[in-house]
Order: sequence, then structure tokens, then C-alpha cells
Amino acid sequence: MGVIVNGTDVELPDDPRVSLLDLLREGLHLSGTKKGCDQGACGACTVLVDGQRILSCLALAVQYEGRSVTTIEGLGDEGALHPLQQAFIEHDGFQCGYCTPGQICSAVGMIEELRRGVPSHVTADLAATAIPCSRDELRERMSGNLCRCGAHNGIMDAIAETYGAETHREAAE
Amino acid sequence: MSIVDKGKEAVQGVAQAVMKKAAELAPDSLMPGGRPDPLIRRQHGHIGKPVSRVDGPLKVRGAAPFAAEVALDGMAYAALAYSTIAKGRIAAIDTAAAEAAPGVVLVMTHRNAPRLNPPPRFLSGDKAAAGDDSPIMQDDRVRWNGEPVALVLAETQEQADHARSLIRIAYEEEPAATSLATVSQAAGGCEVGTFMGEPLRAVVGDADAALAAAAHKVEVVYRTPGHNHNAIEPHAATLAWRGDELFVHDATQAVAHTAWSMAQIFGLEESQVHVTSPFVGGGFGAKGLWQHQVLAAAAARLAGRPVRIALSREGVYRIVGGRSPTEQRVALGADADGRLTAIIHRGVTPKTRHSPMPEPFILPTQSAYASETIALEVQTCYLDMVANTFMRAPGEAVGTVALECAMDELAEQLGLDPIELRIRNEPDKDPISGRPFSSRNIVAAYRAGAERFGWDRRSPTPRARREGEWLVGMGCATATYPYHRMPGGAARITLDADGRARVDVAAHEMGMGTATAQAQVAADRLGLPLEAVTVRYGDSSLPGVILAGGSQQTASVGLSVMMAHQELVGELLKLAGNDSPLAGLRAEEVESADAGLRKLDEPGRFESYASILGRAGRSELAAEGSAPMPLETMHWSMHSHGAMFCEVRVNAVTGETRVSRFLGSFDCGRILNPKTAASQFRGGIIMGLGLALMEETQFDERKGRIMNRTLADYHLPVHRDVPEIDVIWTDIPDPHAPMGARGIGEIGITGTGAAVANAIYNATGRRVRDFPITLDKLL
Ligand code: FES
Ligand code: FES
Repeated sequence: MGVIVNGTDVELPDDPRVSLLDLLREGLHLSGTKKGCDQGACGACTVLVDGQRILSCLALAVQYEGRSVTTIEGLGDEGALHPLQQAFIEHDGFQCGYCTPGQICSAVGMIEELRRGVPSHVTADLAATAIPCSRDELRERMSGNLCRCGAHNGIMDAIAETYGAETHREAAE
Repeated sequence: MSIVDKGKEAVQGVAQAVMKKAAELAPDSLMPGGRPDPLIRRQHGHIGKPVSRVDGPLKVRGAAPFAAEVALDGMAYAALAYSTIAKGRIAAIDTAAAEAAPGVVLVMTHRNAPRLNPPPRFLSGDKAAAGDDSPIMQDDRVRWNGEPVALVLAETQEQADHARSLIRIAYEEEPAATSLATVSQAAGGCEVGTFMGEPLRAVVGDADAALAAAAHKVEVVYRTPGHNHNAIEPHAATLAWRGDELFVHDATQAVAHTAWSMAQIFGLEESQVHVTSPFVGGGFGAKGLWQHQVLAAAAARLAGRPVRIALSREGVYRIVGGRSPTEQRVALGADADGRLTAIIHRGVTPKTRHSPMPEPFILPTQSAYASETIALEVQTCYLDMVANTFMRAPGEAVGTVALECAMDELAEQLGLDPIELRIRNEPDKDPISGRPFSSRNIVAAYRAGAERFGWDRRSPTPRARREGEWLVGMGCATATYPYHRMPGGAARITLDADGRARVDVAAHEMGMGTATAQAQVAADRLGLPLEAVTVRYGDSSLPGVILAGGSQQTASVGLSVMMAHQELVGELLKLAGNDSPLAGLRAEEVESADAGLRKLDEPGRFESYASILGRAGRSELAAEGSAPMPLETMHWSMHSHGAMFCEVRVNAVTGETRVSRFLGSFDCGRILNPKTAASQFRGGIIMGLGLALMEETQFDERKGRIMNRTLADYHLPVHRDVPEIDVIWTDIPDPHAPMGARGIGEIGITGTGAAVANAIYNATGRRVRDFPITLDKLL
């Protein structure tokens, strides 16, 4: 049994040193998942494993036997973009596009965390069962995904619009 | 020799002074931009529309191919070993274990690397691309801590990385210059720096005497640390030799420059090197020619295999330089009314013997304010370190920190509003060159920004507003960046029989939205719907030598397409012949509209492109144009400006600064695409927030080695650090710039650091002059 990538069963690599990220990029030519640091510091390599976001550069491929991995290629395709992908285009949530797949996968995983009531550093009510998706929560929870082009505002707008957060700009004061 | 021919030499640094004088004195009409681009008048086209990026669907799917993502048959993977001393020689190098390791194809060191010519240093020639002209693995010398000393090629990246760890190197270390303080304070340690062939020095009157006599004065020293670009895509290339031809899939801001420079290094004809770079994952000045492309090509030749070289994040820090630290002294003298009588901006910054320039931090001061006396100078000294290089707004990004904070300090001393102080010192012509400004609306930008930001709610008294633990303050500063246009622009337009157009130009996309904005411009130029225009770029085989740098790509491409369009109109009229309603008309008498040509004052005389091509039995028609030499930059003083407004909250207990609001109010000429332009402005501002509050390349002065060479240790602004950033603009076209647009890629980072620092002072009463302003400095 191998690892399931975007619904397809894929053989695990022979070399146990191969990261999940390198399996995707070099082994499977699924280069939508990006390598920005290979050290867990930038979030460009974010993928979903059984619905949860992980950093694929910090994951050894062989540890994911039997698990289901969704990459950016599995979220939407040319004819049918994921609503969040469409929102990224509308809100200009990227410039160079290199951090973008990681931002999108991360946001998809992050929203599930909110829905499950997983608290963050800025959550006021730790006992809440579902956490409202305020700008503060979104910013805090997306901070593991770096963007050097500075598309932060557009990324936040895209996520907020897609997931129904209060989309109004924060008050001037 | 015509003035235009002479211009070529001038820009190459020969007879520059004479040429400049000639360009200054020449009538406007002889200058490029002497007659305003007709597109400036056209108000209802595609220019100015917030068009979404044409490559958006590719990018959000992760389907845009970057350099390390091209797969070549039989490709081997490269890993680099870096020196661990700053200066000396390699005494012994043992590669036996690495060579014997599984999967290893080749171990290359200075002993077996092919002989290579020195890399042409950027700015040393029209197409020179190298950020560092040190010989590449040609001898046993070590020139900086982190210089590549061995390359391993293996079947997989894992095998290459492991084998690289088995290489054993013994060094003979020599004393190295790694401390800025030691070197700059030694007798004869410094000299006046040069930039683009000219000394970084300007003198008007006797500024020191004027300062001594001034009624009010501020004399301060500001320090900024080194910075690294940290594009999220690390540098990479995938390349192969086919016979004597080299094909490079690169991540570069300079495809044509790279092709030519690689040809020089390998002793080839320029036409034997092909460089493609359709997508670049962020550049900011860093994505040029560095050792990795050359080493990979050398290894590929030795091994007879295609090679992928993808630098690790540490690798980027080791071989790709960043911005140098600066120590800047600004002294301002003013009379009782706040009119400047002296501006002094001098300081020191290190470079290496192999880098193209010292950080030119006096640039923003050259055209900032009117003053009877001005003295500017950059002193530089040489360190043994990785070659420093261009990083977003070289000069202006850190120069505005010192100048604009000093202006804030002066305003306080005078009891004047900082905006009012700036307006009082607004020059009516360039203070140093005396040239007229092409367009300067900084006062309008300030007024609009101040109103929108609520500047009148700022208390002039520091530490006047407290909300719980938080001290709240506002600050402002001026942003500035020049209009540049470099020689070498060219483009081709190809019309097909259906009336569709393709623009071919060796330009680059690294997030600016090049293909989108240029398609908008070309559609207006040609009178076509946006869908009928495609832009092909990112390939050295396309026309033009066009650097994506100096915020000049838009102007360079825009003017090249304008010239190609003129050629095309001429060709179309020839092709139209006597049976056309256009018969007998000259190019000056027609314009492009409605997918065809029509007579300017008689719109009924019209024929569509499709009809012209159809009647002539042509499936397509191509025309190429070249941009004239950029003499306009010697005739007018051409600069963009911005008024930057910042509100901070500083925690009185922890010293932590949070930026709560930011507004950039820009005067950059016409904005071609408000959606992508807003993103570029914001991107620059966010990098400026990093410069203000957290970014610092930590350099070990004992070892000459960068210590924080990871994205965990070099702090960038993250989502939580970035508030909603408001951007507005005057949208006043510059009559002398193509499309009326000056560049916008770099200006956002300028002025931002000072606006934040000034806001922190307003909030806390603490003036921090040592950047970044981390919390320890506010405790
Ligand atoms: S590549 Fe995985 S976190 Fe940067
Ligand atoms: S879009 Fe370039 S790094 Fe985010």
C-alpha cells in the first residue's frame, strides 16, 4: 500500500530520506506544492493530509503510508477552480504566485480548525465550540504562510469573502 | 553624429558630462517623451481598468512552471559545499568518500572544473549580468565565508546532499576584513563610492558653513543593518547542453543579460545560449546571474547530463548578496521659518571588491528639498563578505530612513507640522542638477493623504495618547523613487489575419503583472479588445534587452511597443495599397482604433487590420521597434513620490510595536492597472514595515559569516504583522513618460521605515536611530 495523492494510490519511495514534498515535486511532478525553505519556516509546501494542513517539507513520505494527501492540484482544476482559488484571483491575493498554493491549502485546512473550535493565540473564549472567523483569527492562523511579495491584504480578503467572515474593512481607529 | 547616437555612449558612461549638458540644453521636442504619448489623452480604453491578472488561473492552481520545476530527461541534481572561512586558500580537499557515495555522478572542485572566463559584472557592459565578478571555482582561493568550493551531482537530491556532507576540506586561513567599524575607521580605509560610473557625491555651496550659521539645526546618525531579499522561491536553474548550445530554465530578472553573460563565461556566441524564465517567484533585485547557474552549466558539461540546481535557503544566503548596512549622518540647518539652509547627508557602507556598487543611500536626498547648500557623499570600504547587491529601491529604501526621520526631528524643533515643513521646502526645480521636474505633485499627495488618514487628529506632543497598555502615535514621511528607462528596449508586434495581436518582448514576470498591464497598454495602442492581445515574454530569443529592475520595465516595454506600433502602421499602410479607404495616407495621419486604422480627422476613412491583411493575402504581419536612448532622464528630473502615513501602537510594558494603520498616497504618473498597482504599492510598503521593525541580516564580524540564514531566524512581516494598507494615487500622467506612467515597483519600500519610526516617536517620545526598531530598543 502506498500513499493516496489526490485520490490516486502512489508508490512510496525506496529512499526513506525522501520528504513528502520531494515525492510530490520530483517523483510525481506535482510541482504546485512549493519549496521555499525546506525547513518548516515558510508554509509554501503546505498540503492537506486527511483534511489537516501539514508542512510537507517536514514530513517523510514513508510515514504517510495509507494516508490521503490533497495538493493544490487536487483542490480544483482548470475548468472548475475551488471558490477560494477564484477569490484569490478576484482579490489579487498574490503577485509572483510562489507562496499561493501553500496559502490556499493552508486556508482550507485552517477553516476546518476554526469550525472544530481549535483555539489560537488570539481566541478570547477557549471553551467555544466554533470560533468566529474574524480578521484577527485569520491573520494569526495564516501567519505560518509567508508572502514576500506582500499580498497579505488580498489573501485575507479572499479568505474572508470565501468563508463568510465579516468582510468589512476594519474601522479606521 | 546625432544627439541620439551620442546618447548611446553617454549612457555607457563615456563622455557622460558632455552628453548630459547636451541633453539638458536640447529642445524638449528632440527628447523621447518630448511629445506626450497619445495614449495619455485616451481616457476610455483598457488602461486604468482593474483587470485581474491574465496568469491568475495558472498561479492559483500551482500550474505556473518555475525554474526548478522543469523536468528534463536524465537530469542529475546538484548540491553545493560552501567555504567556512572568509579569506585564505583551500589547502587540501578530500572528495573520495563523496565520489564513492551511492548515486554520485560527479564531484567538481577547482581541480577539475572547466576553465571559465570571469563573469561580467553587472553595469560593466550593456548586457553584463553577474552580481559578483569573482572567478568561479577556478583556483584554490577563498574570497568570502560561504563561497562555493565543491559541487556534487547525483541521481537524486538526497544522494547529492548526503555526498556533499562527506567532502573534507582543510583551509589555510588569512586575516580577513570582516568588521565595518575596524575597516572604515582605519586610515585610508574608505573612499568615495561610485554608482553607474559616477561618484556618489554632490556639493552645492558650503553646507558645513551654512549649518554652523543656521538658526535651527539637527545633526543625527542613523544606522540600518544588512537586508536580504528573501524571495520565497529560492534561486534555481534547470539546464542542459545540446551540442554546443546551452538551454537554461532560469529564475531571472534579466533573460537577455543572462544569455549574453553566460556566453562570455563559456566562450560561446550569444546565440548559443537560450534562457527562459516565464515565472519568477519574487526577485526584488536578487534574481540575477550568480555562481549557481554557472556552476550547474559547468557540471552539466563535465557530466554530459542535464542538471537541476535548486539552492537551499542557506545556499541563497551564502552566494546571493543582499543590501549592505549603512551608517548615515544627516545634518539639516534651517532658518526661523523652517526653510532649509543646509542639507548634509554623508556616511559609510561596505561593499566587496567584486560587487557592482555600494548602497547609494544619498540618492533620495538629491532631489528632495530646496536648500541653498547641499553636501552628499557615500564613503565605502571593502569587506571580505558575500557580494552586496541591489535590493528593492537601493539607496532610497534606507536613505529615506535617515533623511525623513531627520526632517521629523527638525519639524519638532521648529514647532512645525512635519507636512508643513516639507511643503515649505518643496523645490521648484531639481536642487542639484537644476533640471525642470517632468511632473511633481507631492504636495497634492500629502494633502489627499492627510485628509484621508485623519492627520489632524495627531497630537504634536509625543506620548499624548494612551489606550490601556498601548501608546498610540502617528507619523509621516516622503517616499521617492526615480523614473528610470535603460537602453536596449525593443519589441515585436505580430498581427494575424483574424485581427489578433501578439507582443513579443524579452521582459519578465515576477509578480508585477507584466503580461496583464502590457496587454492593456498594447490593446489601447492597437485599438483592440483585451482578449485579442497576448504578450509573450521571459525568453532571451525575444526582442529587447530589458531588465526587470529599477522600476523601469513598464516604461521600457511600453516605449518599445509604441515604436513597434509605429513601424506596424507604416507596414499596414503599405500593405493597404490603393484600393483601401486609407490609400495615400501617411502614418502621421492615421490612428489605431476599432481593430483597424482610421484617418485622424476623418474617422470614416477606416479599414480593419483583418481586411488589410486579407486583401493582401497575408496570414500575419510583424513589425519590430526599438526604443530610443533614454535621454529624457537627462533632460528632466523625473521622480515618483509618495506621502506615507503610519499609525502605531507601542506596548508600554513590553515595548512591542504594532502597526495599526498605514496609508500610502502616491504620485507616480498614470496608473495602468489599479488592481495590480495597489498590490505592488502594498508589497513595497510591507517590505518597508519589515525594514522598520524586524529585518536584519546578522553578520558575524569575527567570521564574516551570515548567522541568521533561515526564514525562521530572519524575520519577515507575516499576516499578523500586516494591517489593512490603504493606497491612493494622484493619477496625474507624467507628460514625458511612456503612457504617462513612471515605475511603481520600488517606491513603496521608501519612506515607510521613516513613517513608522516617526510614528513610534510620536507614540512614545523615544527616538530610535538604530534600525530595526525591535522591542528591546523601546524598553
Ligand atoms: S518549504 Fe516547507 S515550510 Fe518552507
Ligand atoms: S505572491 Fe510572491 S511570495 Fe506570495
